[in-house]
Amino acid sequence: MPFPDRGTRLDLTILVSAALNGLLIGGIYTLVASGLTLIYGVLHIINFAHGSMLMLAMFGVYYLLTLLRVDPYLSLLIMTPAMFALGYLLYRFLIGKLAKGKDENILLITLGLSILIENLALMFFKGDTRTISVSYSDTMVELGPHLVSLPKVISFVAAMALCAVLGLVIRHTDVGKSIRAVAKERVGARLVGIDVDRVYAISYGIGLATLGAAACLLMPIFYVSPSTGHVFVLVAFTVVVLGGMGSFLGAVVGGLIVGLTESFGGLFLGESLGQIGISLIFILILLLRPSGLFGARQ
Amino acid sequence: MTSPARISRRQLLQAGAATSVLGAPALLKAQPAPVRIGLVHPVSGGLAYSGGQGRLGCQMAIDAVNAAGGIQSMGGARLEAALGDSQSRPEIGVSEVERLHQAGVSAYVGCFSSAIALPATQAAAKYNTPFLIDVGVSDNIVNRGLKNVFRLAPGFGKCVDDAIMALGQVNGAAGNVAKTAVLIHEESEFGTGTARLLAGKLPSINVQPLETIKHANPTRDFSNVALRIRSLKPDLVIMSNYQNEYVLLARTLHQQRIDVAAMFSVLGGGFNYRLVKEQPQVAQHMMDFNHWFHPGNPKSQEMKRRVEATGNLFTFEVYCGWNSVMLYADALQRAGTADREKVIAALEASTWSDHFMPYGPTKFVNGQNTGGTGVLLQATTSDIEVVWPNQFASTKAVFPRPKAS
Repeated sequence: MPFPDRGTRLDLTILVSAALNGLLIGGIYTLVASGLTLIYGVLHIINFAHGSMLMLAMFGVYYLLTLLRVDPYLSLLIMTPAMFALGYLLYRFLIGKLAKGKDENILLITLGLSILIENLALMFFKGDTRTISVSYSDTMVELGPHLVSLPKVISFVAAMALCAVLGLVIRHTDVGKSIRAVAKERVGARLVGIDVDRVYAISYGIGLATLGAAACLLMPIFYVSPSTGHVFVLVAFTVVVLGGMGSFLGAVVGGLIVGLTESFGGLFLGESLGQIGISLIFILILLLRPSGLFGARQ
Repeated sequence: MTSPARISRRQLLQAGAATSVLGAPALLKAQPAPVRIGLVHPVSGGLAYSGGQGRLGCQMAIDAVNAAGGIQSMGGARLEAALGDSQSRPEIGVSEVERLHQAGVSAYVGCFSSAIALPATQAAAKYNTPFLIDVGVSDNIVNRGLKNVFRLAPGFGKCVDDAIMALGQVNGAAGNVAKTAVLIHEESEFGTGTARLLAGKLPSINVQPLETIKHANPTRDFSNVALRIRSLKPDLVIMSNYQNEYVLLARTLHQQRIDVAAMFSVLGGGFNYRLVKEQPQVAQHMMDFNHWFHPGNPKSQEMKRRVEATGNLFTFEVYCGWNSVMLYADALQRAGTADREKVIAALEASTWSDHFMPYGPTKFVNGQNTGGTGVLLQATTSDIEVVWPNQFASTKAVFPRPKAS
């Protein structure tokens, strides 16, 4: 039942707590969406395998902890490059080869990949819901009257830091400049000597690397099952559309706005109806500003 | 010396054909037609784990029947599984029923989810094919007058009644410390129906529901729900959700140090050995009223060992599936045929007691086994114990739970 009907006092403490919760979960949305927006920005395709790749990375983090006792945050050093390598190789030897230069082919290949990965995950991992427990899982940070989960705070800070690093890489390194050049004008980039196919593969790799990082930050607070990707992928699409397809800043702002919308939606409309806010944002942005908040106007 | 008689190729073929024709009746007699059972579980999609567990239990039962010589009254007819996947979607469940009908199944077992079972049983009713519900707790599944539907385990009406009785007795034994409750449920038929029934019956044990909170599937964050519960200060938190949200909610409430006498669920989707193993501190003292095996029955312990030896958890879906197939096998044995009408009559008259559930012999009224009941369970940091009713209890309930803070 929504708050106004509860006959209770809607005090500032609850509003601030809801805002904190929204921002913290929004940080994760940002990280998941940043890879999606990068892949869209460069390859101009929606990566349908995004959710299943996130799920795969989360299983990676799960098994690193349960089999090798590697802390999920330490797994960042393994999963991020591992997912980059997976993305790079996937593009180089599968997606790029089968796509034959057609964007719509990439779309279908990633869709097929997603179906394949999910069913393989069901076969190997089974449909069970798995969680991890680490020493800091239940540690709470007291911010005045507010209790905030430490892993969520770490996830938020790390997500923002990783987005900043990614932004700097794209803006100031040679690879980043190549990516931007290909994103803007692929024929021109090829004419000035940029290996466009390599840039595609690197971009896809970076997109998946962000998922590797997101998985490490998510596992201490969430669960994983073969369908976990679906839980985040729709939100990630909304974040990308809201922020502007291909815009990093848009992914950050969009992620936080969606997190806050979800949190306040749940607070005022109830946890069931509250999620309508995300869909409303999606529709409104498509109607009023199809290019998103920070997207380039066509 | 006579030369050995030569047999021409044509004579050899004729002799072979004659042997086949003459020997065929004996062959047919030795191998009666198998009885095909359509297993309609969600083995992909959001409910894949539970569906897979249900399928596992059914397949183990089919193997056990065959290993014991098949259905004796049908000349040792073997059971054969025809596998379906509802993909966790009601409409696919219906199309799987149709597909399996074309494949010649004599009965169905499924569906784990009430939302899938409702239309799937209706589809099977067109062909008057027996449909045994292994898990699927909506009372509407058996309340629609469909003659082909049978459920061994209790529905949520009975579960809620018994859960209320169990909670009332446990609370009473502790001096009625719990006086208020907040109910949290998922938004589909299962959660909504269970929560509505609970909210209506809690006052009968002097527990007042303060609020009912509905959530979507999936829900990514329960922090706001925890906030709300903290502000309401209930004595009990009562949950009805599927596995993913159950685990996430339980974890959030534990992290937020919500102090209550009990976190209680009816048919809690995530209350299982996995939760105890991976989140022992979260699981500890949680209570769930659910389908469970008779812990004192040697058959259940043997079955538990066998399932765990395969690397799987002994969850309720496994043994509900197992017992549903065994119930059907018993009906086949008594009917002496897989004829749908006769098997339905045999199920209606069933007094089967060779199960390892905490029930007596089966007695079906409108397709519902009236003797079916759940038990109240409580998790420790390493196991799940039965704490009610006393006749099946393996330990005493810890109620109220120790203060989190």
